[in-house]
Amino acid sequence: MIRSNLIEVASLSFSRGDREIFRGVDLQVPAGKVTAIMGPSGTGKTTLLKLIGGQLVPDAGRVSIAGQDVHQLSRRALFALRRRMGMLFQSGALFSDLSVFENVAFPLRVHTDLPESMIRDQVLIKLEAVGLRGARELMPSELSGGMTRRVALARAIALDPELIMYDEPFVGQDPISKGVLVKLIKDLNRAFAMTSVIVSHDIQETLSIADYVYLIADGRVMAHGTPDQLDTEADPKVSQFIHGEPDGPVPFHYPAAPFADELLGAGRPE
Amino acid sequence: MIDWLAGLGRSTLDVVGGLGRSAILLVRSLFGMPSIEGFRLWLRQMHFVGVLSLPIILVSALFIGMVIALQGYMILVDFGADAALGQMVALSLLRELAPVVAALLFAGRAGSALTAEIGLMKATEQLTSMEMIGVDPLRRVIAPRLWAGLVSMPLLAVIFAVVGIYGGYLVGVEWLGVYPGSYWGNMQANVDFVHDVLNGVVKSVVFGLVVTWIAVFQGYDLVPTSEGISRATTRTVVYGSLAVLGLDFVLTALMFGDS
Amino acid sequence: MKQRTRLMECGVGLFVLAGFLGLIYLGLQVSGITPGQRGETFTLHANFGDIGGLRANSRVTMAGVTVGRVTAISLDDQWFDGHVTMEISDELRDKLSTDSTAAILTSGLLGEQYVGLTTGADPETLKDGDTIRDTQQALVLENLIQQFISNMGSSGS
Ligand SMILES: Nc1ncnc2c1ncn2[C@@H]1O[C@H](COP(=O)(O)OP(=O)(O)OP(=O)(O)O)[C@@H](O)[C@H]1O
Ligand SMILES: [Mg+2]
Repeated sequence: MIRSNLIEVASLSFSRGDREIFRGVDLQVPAGKVTAIMGPSGTGKTTLLKLIGGQLVPDAGRVSIAGQDVHQLSRRALFALRRRMGMLFQSGALFSDLSVFENVAFPLRVHTDLPESMIRDQVLIKLEAVGLRGARELMPSELSGGMTRRVALARAIALDPELIMYDEPFVGQDPISKGVLVKLIKDLNRAFAMTSVIVSHDIQETLSIADYVYLIADGRVMAHGTPDQLDTEADPKVSQFIHGEPDGPVPFHYPAAPFADELLGAGRPE
Repeated sequence: MIDWLAGLGRSTLDVVGGLGRSAILLVRSLFGMPSIEGFRLWLRQMHFVGVLSLPIILVSALFIGMVIALQGYMILVDFGADAALGQMVALSLLRELAPVVAALLFAGRAGSALTAEIGLMKATEQLTSMEMIGVDPLRRVIAPRLWAGLVSMPLLAVIFAVVGIYGGYLVGVEWLGVYPGSYWGNMQANVDFVHDVLNGVVKSVVFGLVVTWIAVFQGYDLVPTSEGISRATTRTVVYGSLAVLGLDFVLTALMFGDS
Repeated sequence: MKQRTRLMECGVGLFVLAGFLGLIYLGLQVSGITPGQRGETFTLHANFGDIGGLRANSRVTMAGVTVGRVTAISLDDQWFDGHVTMEISDELRDKLSTDSTAAILTSGLLGEQYVGLTTGADPETLKDGDTIRDTQQALVLENLIQQFISNMGSSGS
């Protein structure tokens, strides 16, 4: 294998308005592996996935996928590249005017010339994998939050992409479906050598399938390593996050003026 | 003073930026490859934008034709010129009322629905996820809607004119007793197909393009929150109506100004 | 689903059809284009000292019945007259005598203007492309009023 990293992110900086979200993030996603990205809520994990997908343009730094600089590509080339990747959105983002079946069939219809019978088989296989084959005639508005997410997952893997990015796949799933999804992600990765990027807060599940973990906080990579390395990491910040302790050096709050100041009237309108 | 200048500069930039973004949207979505799939999507939008606008268009056209006939009769009869009623009804409908009123109704009914629909698709990340699947929403979502608006509008305006003229006939001939031969004869002698009918159609094509363009752009460009959607919907109706009325003056001056 | 798609396609088809039929209706019934009438007409010319508000497409009548329409109006630069070309229904071919008259009349006080034909007594008849010699120009309201005022003035003094 010539290139072992499918995604390379180099000194990436990005800000929304005045708020700096990333200042110099470096990160590599090895091909055929499961890479997890973790970090406190609101640090910009979703934003990072959107930067990788080319929907947002960074202020500085570069993202390359399979050797191509995502943000230098022409619109046409970018769309061609995106056909090779799947993304599970945090909100599911199903097409509300199409049924469950048609949602999953959508990537197949637009990107392949498969006959209807093969599309049907493919869709049913993917829906079966997420346990929703029986719900294929429902419309997205008739699904629960967890079901929506599983349909979205089926759609993201419909084309058997080389790279798939999951934004919080386990949120809103009961323990059984969580287990099924963990197994599904693992199987996809092992069987098709699908490169996977997982953003998740479910430490147990994530650590059980990830080959490598990046911890992001404060706009930079705070720690990275294999699950075992992180589990035994001495850094108090890392261990606080990995073990889910409420008290520690990692800020739980969105940046703000000291609480006492605000209560005592500083910055209050006169 | 400095604040005021900065504000002026910022709003100028906003306006210019908006115009630029909407021009890019128009060019990118209008000039896509035609395909069977595109045709199917267009057909679907023709249904939502055109067919579903028919009831309001039919009813308004009938009443407007009837009102013009009634008002016109009361004015013309004083000069003994009630024979010219057909001409008056037909010309006012063909040249002005059919294209303009149909476009205003269209902005209110189809335009606002388009903005809200696209806005909701944006707010629920459907447009982004479509991009991530490798499908350009400008082609897939915007283009069929633009073309549907562009084609529907002249059809609606023609139907409006026909129904309006029939409404005028009902009131003028059936009710007020204008001689049918002079209603139609006078109309036929004074309405020119190219000058009056086709110019009216050209107007409605322009209105169709502009109103749909404003509607889809407002939807595509809005701030994806419920407040953003409601504001954009209002803007579609307001800007759309103003654009129709303003352009109507310009087009009228160009088409009929020299005769 | 299939059923609904079919229904929708039919609806759109009907809508488009209605639009085109409407356009044809506007052409035939409203602007009075009569297809196929071209072959069934013949052309006459007439010069008028003043054509008033006559326009292309104005009616040509005989005894109040529409028998044709004006096809073109131009300026005769020899006599500085208004030169009017008319197409007349074939029923009148070889029936109008050479001393027929053409007058520009007004329907009602302010109505549209049209050409009224009256046939004469000559046994010779007008052929396709002939010119009517005996014409009566349009009555222009301003001229009438002016005449009226000057008459009043002269009779008063
Ligand atoms: N459209 C936007 N406009 C402005 N700021 C935004 C926008 N989207 C996100 N942000 C800001 O960017 C930051 C990162 O957002 P992001 O959604 O990437 O967080 P996240 O790490 O995915 O959080 P979570 O784990 O809760 O999903 C947040 O602080 C948010 O305030
Ligand atoms: Mg997120």
